[in-house]
Amino acid sequence: MAVTEMTTKLTLGPIAYHWPAERRRDFYARIADEAPVDEVYLGEVICSKRAPFHEGELPEIIERLERAGKTVIVSTLAEVMLKRERKATDDLAVMDTPEIEVNNAAGLYARGRRPHRIGPFMNAYNEATIAWMAGQGATHVCLPTELPAEAIAVAAAAARDEGLGVEVQVFGRASLAVSARCYHARAHGRTKDNCRFVCEDDPDGMPLRTRDDAPILRVNGIQTQSESYVDLLPEADRLVADGVTHLRLMPQDVDMVAVAGVFRDVLDGALPVDEADGRLGVLSGAVNLSNGFYHGAAGYRRIAMAART
Amino acid sequence: MSLAELICPAGTPAALRTAVDAGADAVYCGFQDATNARNFPGLNFTPDELAEAVTYAHARGTKVLLALNTYPPAGKVDLWRQAADTGARLGVDAFIVADMGVADYIARTHPGVRLHLSVQAAASSPEAIRYYCEHFGVRRVVLPRILTIPEIRQIKREIPCEIETFIFGNHGLMVEGRCSLTNYLTGQSTNMDGVCSPASDVEYARHEDGSMSSQLAGFTIDRFGPEEKAGYPTICKGRYTAPHRPEGYYAFEEPVSLNLSRLLPELIDAGVHAFKIEGRQRSKSYVRGVVRAFRAAVDDIRAGREANMADLVALTEGQKQTQGAFETKKWR
Amino acid sequence: MSTGVHTVSPARLPGGGVVSRLACGVVQPILSRVVRRIAARHPSLFARLGPHQGTDFLIDPVDLPFALHLRPDPGALLFRAVPRDAVPQAGAVIRGRFLLLLELVDSEEDGDAAFFSRDLEVTGDTEAVVRLRNALDDVDGSIAEETAAMFGPPGRAVLARLRRAYTPEMERT
Repeated sequence: MAVTEMTTKLTLGPIAYHWPAERRRDFYARIADEAPVDEVYLGEVICSKRAPFHEGELPEIIERLERAGKTVIVSTLAEVMLKRERKATDDLAVMDTPEIEVNNAAGLYARGRRPHRIGPFMNAYNEATIAWMAGQGATHVCLPTELPAEAIAVAAAAARDEGLGVEVQVFGRASLAVSARCYHARAHGRTKDNCRFVCEDDPDGMPLRTRDDAPILRVNGIQTQSESYVDLLPEADRLVADGVTHLRLMPQDVDMVAVAGVFRDVLDGALPVDEADGRLGVLSGAVNLSNGFYHGAAGYRRIAMAART
Repeated sequence: MSLAELICPAGTPAALRTAVDAGADAVYCGFQDATNARNFPGLNFTPDELAEAVTYAHARGTKVLLALNTYPPAGKVDLWRQAADTGARLGVDAFIVADMGVADYIARTHPGVRLHLSVQAAASSPEAIRYYCEHFGVRRVVLPRILTIPEIRQIKREIPCEIETFIFGNHGLMVEGRCSLTNYLTGQSTNMDGVCSPASDVEYARHEDGSMSSQLAGFTIDRFGPEEKAGYPTICKGRYTAPHRPEGYYAFEEPVSLNLSRLLPELIDAGVHAFKIEGRQRSKSYVRGVVRAFRAAVDDIRAGREANMADLVALTEGQKQTQGAFETKKWR
Repeated sequence: MSTGVHTVSPARLPGGGVVSRLACGVVQPILSRVVRRIAARHPSLFARLGPHQGTDFLIDPVDLPFALHLRPDPGALLFRAVPRDAVPQAGAVIRGRFLLLLELVDSEEDGDAAFFSRDLEVTGDTEAVVRLRNALDDVDGSIAEETAAMFGPPGRAVLARLRRAYTPEMERT
């Protein structure tokens, strides 16, 4: 199949953390004005209790981003159990615009065969599942973050054959688990119902260390994330060659405009990978970078260039 | 249709016979590969062993459910399809599935065999469950261990299939089928490889003072004092420090097991059709003890008697038990 | 702190010296017979051991005057009593009271439960131990009874006496 040369798109995933409304507004204003990303995912994916804090500003942010030429997609909750979560999912599913990214089967049910994107929480691990989803109206699929390179290649080829866009997370903490229990509240001796939004104190997640003092995980409400930032910048060429059309950057507490710039420069051939990856390391501060999942190794590992096949 | 079916774990052919003899209404098991979520060393069934097991169980009126409840990574889907074909040929009574591609294949290829939705699919709302029922003909959903009894009752009113809930065993904290914690530390995936804290990466170390550390891939998951009860070396049951918890604490959950023996009548009343006992990785001794105890309890309830449950705390992780989310949403 | 490959600390446990060597000499012929018999009657056991057929297991009944060294290689089966001051390097060590170990072999007790209660200690290659446990757990019937039966009425009497001696510890539900 002759793939017509098309530009790989950079996307900005939904903010996983409970950033205050003002911070979000400023963040997206800067993204709109300065970040070389093509598509932006908005919406609360992790905790339905947080949604009321920023739902009000969503239309304004959407308008701002679209005016700047960005495609906006609204992502649905990863966990749907309570009445308010079911209703939030149903409400998004009836919208015609913007596009929606579904992260729970409840969203698929509500959406029916109308066009939608498949989010990373939907477990689209393989070609059979992707084909099924395409048949039900999916237009785009974000693959699970733990999928290794060989499987990404097969999945991407299958998705392209179905006419779907294919997305892979290339930057930011990996989502490792979600739970019904809020671990931020638990850490502060509270429960989910009386959490008092203590998660707001940790804009990049709450660090957990082993008792040998090794940094290991980050807690973000009901979500558990990797301590390291996934970094597939050196792998970007291979991802694109294997048919991945969209590269996802997850918002972290770093200069995301600069992060997006580094990725864009590498995709455009304007910056050597080694130099770009060095810059990304500086931008990430003390946080380790990892690419283990991609290479079929422990996710936290950073497989060096020389060791790559 | 029987009320309150008892669904029992079988990690080996001998455990399967033990469960059948102890009064299981159905046993669940898997093949010796990544197609099921208990792909542990030395566990599970060859096709020949499964054939004998089906014969043994069916001769005694017990059903056999085959777990195909992992997510095939792209390029390896055939392994799951072949497992389904083998299971169908051997006459299993149902497949327990999570992946939509696998569910779709079985629904089209083996429409005569029942499909149960695994807890690994994490269907926790009526809409999600209906999605699988309407598209793949799912006949039963295994609910995640995160719902209260009133929530289960409400779900039952809104779905067209049977409900199975866990009543005893490992108390999973994370939404199943969405957990990559093991893969992050070990490079082996729960969803794709069917492992959770694989033994090959576990090491216990005894210290001079009599304490013991459990390590996973070189990371210390927990350290138990000389007299302290121990748990599995799973990441979600480990002790860690946080900035304001420098003393170390169970960030997710303590080593503890689920035991809903006292809630059985309420669960039946809420519309639960089948009760699942976790523990395919456990011994025959566990299977015998737990299945017998719950068999007697369910029979008592059916006969209108008060159930008198044997004490199972010795078999629980950390030798502690909980009713988890089923009892109160404060658990969350 | 990992201790890597494990050896039993001889200072803390009985079972060195002349008495231990004598005891080893007495039980050795029995052990050899037992293990050959079990292997012959339960060949499927080896399949579950997989790559760990060649692993050296040190089984350490803390209340006996010696430890046991097992290498479950179907081609060259090894099961021998060793004095604690002369134990080999082992891939995995399983330590507990003798009757508990016996009951685990027979699936009368649950290994995980014994581990949770700290009555059972496992060090070294955990996968090897899990495989051995699962392999033994798939054996129907009682290996202890089979073993006792090999020695006729005296064997059964010894086993019964052993169990009686431990009865207070055996209270189970």
